Amino acid sequence: MSRIAAALGDGAVIAKRNLIKIKRVPDILIFVLISPIMFVLLFAYVFGGSIDIPGGSYREFLIAGIFAQTVVFGATFTGVGLADDMQKGIINRFRSLPMSRAAVVVGRTASDVVYNVLSLIIMALSGLVVGWRIHNGFASALAAFGLLLLFAYAISWIMAFVGLIVPSVEVINNAGFMVIFPLTFVANTFVPSQNLPTPLRVFAEWNPVSAVTQAAREGFGNLPVGTPEPTGWALESPVLYTLIWTLVIIAIFAPLSVRRYRTMAHRR
Amino acid sequence: MTNIIEARGLVKHYGEVKALDGLDVSVPEGTILGLLGPNGAGKTTAVSILTTLTSADAGSATVAGADVFSSPGEVRKRIGLSGQYAAVDEHLTGFENLDMIGRLYRLGKVTSRQRARELLDRFDLADAADRPVKTYSGGMRRRLDLAGALVAETPVLFLDEPTSGLDPRSRIELWAIIGELVARGTTLLLTTQYLEEADRLADDILVIDHGKAIAHGTANRLKDMVGGERIEVTVGDHDLSNARSVMSTFSLGEMQVDERNRHLVVPVSGGAAALTQALRSLDGAGVEVRDVMLRRPTLDDVFLTLTGHAAEEEESVEELV
Ligand SMILES: Nc1ncnc2c1ncn2[C@@H]1O[C@H](COP(=O)(O)OP(=O)(O)OP(=O)(O)O)[C@@H](O)[C@H]1O
Ligand SMILES: [Mg+2]
Repeated sequence: MSRIAAALGDGAVIAKRNLIKIKRVPDILIFVLISPIMFVLLFAYVFGGSIDIPGGSYREFLIAGIFAQTVVFGATFTGVGLADDMQKGIINRFRSLPMSRAAVVVGRTASDVVYNVLSLIIMALSGLVVGWRIHNGFASALAAFGLLLLFAYAISWIMAFVGLIVPSVEVINNAGFMVIFPLTFVANTFVPSQNLPTPLRVFAEWNPVSAVTQAAREGFGNLPVGTPEPTGWALESPVLYTLIWTLVIIAIFAPLSVRRYRTMAHRR
Repeated sequence: MTNIIEARGLVKHYGEVKALDGLDVSVPEGTILGLLGPNGAGKTTAVSILTTLTSADAGSATVAGADVFSSPGEVRKRIGLSGQYAAVDEHLTGFENLDMIGRLYRLGKVTSRQRARELLDRFDLADAADRPVKTYSGGMRRRLDLAGALVAETPVLFLDEPTSGLDPRSRIELWAIIGELVARGTTLLLTTQYLEEADRLADDILVIDHGKAIAHGTANRLKDMVGGERIEVTVGDHDLSNARSVMSTFSLGEMQVDERNRHLVVPVSGGAAALTQALRSLDGAGVEVRDVMLRRPTLDDVFLTLTGHAAEEEESVEELV
């Protein structure tokens, strides 16, 4: 069996094991699903009144931003899950089995896609309740969801690496927040990037989180005529820009994480 | 006979601690090696290195024909491991744990499931098979972990303190399972704190301390190393000095005398005949004998003599045998 096939096959076994855990400890799932609802409601009702989007409604503008933020946040689960795995006895079993050395990480990033699918569904439903609509047809909306998931999958690999570096689960939560908060807020997620002071605006325009948000807004048709046009190549071709980031991140962090897992597995 | 496990000069440092200091291990095919040593002797470290979990600072090792350091993947295909601490997933059921292990050994779906059920039965876990391991007792986890080592019916097994935490019945059951495995040709390396267990199961015993082998051989050979037979006798309230002079004529070496308990330990030779003689003489001298036995050294004595510290035996195994 080729190494890739082994990684995917064994990864699937591990992913199944991770999903069983979701079933057994539903508290985690409830937390994952409730926080997006809270975000939708908070932003829609607290900021919704005071932020003006020329040409459109803030709620329509907002939802794609919340999608992007939530799935990126969801990636910290990957890090938490792996950090947790490395502390548990079962990891010793995995290390002694003739399984692919990539499987634990591959399986973890894969099972976390399921978290993100679930939270996207919940958010979309709550979005519909507060007035968000899809205007460009089902296919392009689906493509937008697909791009969000793909981007989140890439971020999962970054967090996987972080999860394998940090000494404990507690650290990963804080480390994750420190990186992901600025990344998701200094972006066009909640306010149009044009309104930001220049240094932040430049960061926001080249921030891949902005690009994936922009791409999702285009896919859902949430940018009616009159919404300020973004500037900069990244936001003018947001799908391409997002895909490039996604590939680059995976190309860097997948091998790094797998290598890190191997050396860690060997060190104890 | 070829050695299925063969290690030469294993050295392992953990910072300042030298966990292994040039350890050699060899286990012929189809036999059981008992690795014996006090806490911190390096047993678990040796097992971790041989099972590819830990690297060594020096030395070489092959297991089932594969080099532990250059082709660890091949080694993993040929071994089953149950470590000192149960490596099971809390959130999965017993069945799911074993099924997963089978899949990761690439046994295929059908075989994995079937094997999982078989082993759950064999380890008396059938009733708990579909409950999350979180709800298992310590001994149940231990048994599940042992079952995990047997999933793929690999030719070589490593069991690190397999019976710690097991109740007497489970312990005897495990001994039976181990017996079956060896009858089928499995090679086994097990570590244990229970000398009785090493005595009973192992073909060969390797005693290690401070990361070095300090003795190697069958249980009998090791016992001979620390000396021959002894008569132990306890005498009546006013008979100690009398008994002492009688017994000194039989003693081959230095007698140990415990004055408070009026207990004498006398090195002898000649077994039962010597004992009969001694009893006659004691009787003739009017010594009241309260208790007497002829004793061969136990592995406990071996252990004490060789390592200078007592084995950490948590509970007596006597009543089991
Ligand atoms: N991961 C580690 N980090 C640091 N020191 C370690 C580590 N593992 C083992 N040691 C040290 O190496 C020595 C040998 O430990 P090992 O676990 O091999 O002993 P053992 O014979 O299995 O003992 P026990 O009977 O208590 O299980 C000990 O001094 C221990 O402190
Ligand atoms: Mg140990």
